[in-house]
Amino acid sequence: MPAFLITNNWYDFRDLGNLSGKLLDLLDDALPFGVVYVIAALLGFVASFVIFVLPSQLFVGVYGERKLIGRIQSRYGPNRVGPFGLLQPIADAIKLMQKEALTPTSADRALMYLAPIVFVAPCVLLFAVIPFGPNMVFADIPVAIVYFLAVSSIPVLTTFMAGWSHNNKYSLFGAMRVVAMTISYELPLVLGMLGVVLFTATLGLQSTVLWQKEMDIWLVFLQPLAFAIFFLGASAELNRTPTDIAEAESEIVAGYLTEYSGMKWGLFYGMDIGYAIAAAAFGVTVFLGGWTFFGLEKWVPPWLIFIGKTYLFYFLFIWTRGTLPRLRIDQLMTFAWKFMLPIALLNLVIVATERMFWVEEKADDSIVYAFALINIIAAAAAIYGWSRALGYRPENTPQKARLVSEAGGFVPVDAHGEGSK
Amino acid sequence: MSGIIKSEPFTLNIGPQHPSTHGVFRIKVKVDGERIVDAEMVMGYLHRAMEKLAEERTYTQNIPFTDRTDYLASMSNNLGYVLAVEKLAGIGVPDRGNAIRVIMAELQRIASHCMAVGAFTNDTGAWQTPVMWCFRERERVLDLFEMTSGARLTCNYMRIGGVAFDLPREFEPATRKLLADLPGFIDEIEGLLVGNEIFLARTRGVGMLSAETATNFSLSGPMLRGSGIAWDIRKADPYCGYEKYDFQIPIGYQGDAFDRFIVRLEEMRQSVKIVQQALDALPGGPHSTHVPLALRPPAGEAYARVEGPRGELGYYVVSDEGPSPYRFHIRPPSFINLSALKEMTVGGTVADAIVVLGSIDIVVGEIDR
Repeated sequence: MPAFLITNNWYDFRDLGNLSGKLLDLLDDALPFGVVYVIAALLGFVASFVIFVLPSQLFVGVYGERKLIGRIQSRYGPNRVGPFGLLQPIADAIKLMQKEALTPTSADRALMYLAPIVFVAPCVLLFAVIPFGPNMVFADIPVAIVYFLAVSSIPVLTTFMAGWSHNNKYSLFGAMRVVAMTISYELPLVLGMLGVVLFTATLGLQSTVLWQKEMDIWLVFLQPLAFAIFFLGASAELNRTPTDIAEAESEIVAGYLTEYSGMKWGLFYGMDIGYAIAAAAFGVTVFLGGWTFFGLEKWVPPWLIFIGKTYLFYFLFIWTRGTLPRLRIDQLMTFAWKFMLPIALLNLVIVATERMFWVEEKADDSIVYAFALINIIAAAAAIYGWSRALGYRPENTPQKARLVSEAGGFVPVDAHGEGSK
Repeated sequence: MSGIIKSEPFTLNIGPQHPSTHGVFRIKVKVDGERIVDAEMVMGYLHRAMEKLAEERTYTQNIPFTDRTDYLASMSNNLGYVLAVEKLAGIGVPDRGNAIRVIMAELQRIASHCMAVGAFTNDTGAWQTPVMWCFRERERVLDLFEMTSGARLTCNYMRIGGVAFDLPREFEPATRKLLADLPGFIDEIEGLLVGNEIFLARTRGVGMLSAETATNFSLSGPMLRGSGIAWDIRKADPYCGYEKYDFQIPIGYQGDAFDRFIVRLEEMRQSVKIVQQALDALPGGPHSTHVPLALRPPAGEAYARVEGPRGELGYYVVSDEGPSPYRFHIRPPSFINLSALKEMTVGGTVADAIVVLGSIDIVVGEIDR
């Protein structure tokens, strides 16, 4: 084997899966049958959560996000605690633990205590199917995409529990909004994923990455519409800013989090970031080639490529959070049902036709590049055409106020020839 | 909501402690799902009896009180009050004093509109970014105020018969630098928000006020101009020599929240123009006439109005030849602009109500006084 290819030797640090595999093999010899599976499960959770998710939450999710948003808002961000403010997330956590966790007298105490705990569990489960490297996937189950989509909709239940348990009208508003939003956004999200699945003919995440590696193209180029739908749907489900209507601070105070304080709130806050990182990891795996980078993975540890990509994807979430205003709930629903769902269906038709052509004509694999070109053009045309068909007319929006020189009465719009229609 | 699913409305208190009421103000809304079927305003949480207190203090002692009514536009409030007293006592103001007053009032308008635009975009959900940008520019205006009057927010700068101090030497270069930077900043905010589809979706057609309703409610300022009525006290009833300056009145198209937003942006540009002209033609001479501290104006009454950042800001003073006003009344623009809130919110959603409230640009200190 060439020196710079991933080997199956345990000392090859470019894939830590070999090391853990070796370790588990040794343990299997020593321990009675079956015990090693329990150890493997524990090892997987500890490795993925303590080594990747928790530091990411703290230093990318809390520190990085606050720092970046600070720079977007032309201020410094955290810079007091530790060097460059790096210890800020730890200080935050200590502060949250010290705070009193208030419970309103009229609240449903059991539900209110349970909700943050139930909120944490699915986040841990999500990382089980994410491939960090060629052998670094904890559970390479053949239906990983379905598993991920299913588990990622559990937190909706807990947010509803949280909103309901407070006996607070703002919380109830937030909870109702979450449920309505998730029902709307699961559909286009799943339909968009279906396009990807039709292309790769697999539901596994590792096999999706391997397909992209083999074809030497990322699915984002083959499925730009599905990627857009995934990004919008994910940010809607994650309550990130353009669609953070469930905890809309300026409208309903904090939505389902209104009555939470202390570490109960902290769990929600931390796990929101955890889910965002999970969504970023999923998006990277499915659309951006996972741990591959057009051959670079032979030299650089694949898990580093994967983590770098995940953080870059997460940056998109931070960026939209820092710049965009919030949609209203009815506008968001209209967008899901009238815009994203038809677009997702159209995407499915395009993909099915292309796949059919590919199989029936027994075309060469390089035809995917032609498909990519067609799909990018089709995506732009579909988005533009469908939004025009729905009545999107940006040229009719006035950009500046009208100017008059003399004080007087009412000035009709057409008096100056520039109408708002 | 009609149809198979029967729902019953419930009451939701927006405020007095709520992130978007800009102070302690409460709207009692009756909502059917997300839709508002009834809205009732509850005010008075910040009542400080300013009008009564003013009857116990001398005319000069009342100036600091006017700072604290509309604390985001203290210069304009000072100006309105001293104009009323000058009208009552028949006191003239030197040209330099008038020019400085115009500069200060227009800088105050810029600072106040920065805050209005920032808070409004914050209400639409743009997570703090536009508001921080606006604060960044507002700070520079406040720096100028600090340089001149010693205070940033409650300036207490205008005096009966002129202004308290002459402009310091470093004021003019600092102001010119700010004026050179401001148009770029306004373009920046415009670029961030005016072309933004989400912002347009949230503000276009929200809080619609026809020109007729706006006049019936006696609205003023950007609220009135947003509805397409060209009305500005600076043009209609000039004071402090506003007739000498060349500026235009921005008006909106259909009277929605977005129109009020673009009107405010354009007003900032016009204010920059006015300050530029006033600085270029700044006359020499004294900045103030001598007025006795224990001023006893002849018996009578006077009403003076200025175009404050929020609209027509009027002061009504009655004298009985005593050292303090017999009656002192403020016409606060945001109080009267707020009276149309029910018209604008009923029928919309809760999220719209917040946007409408932001577009009115209320200052609760002025509403409750």
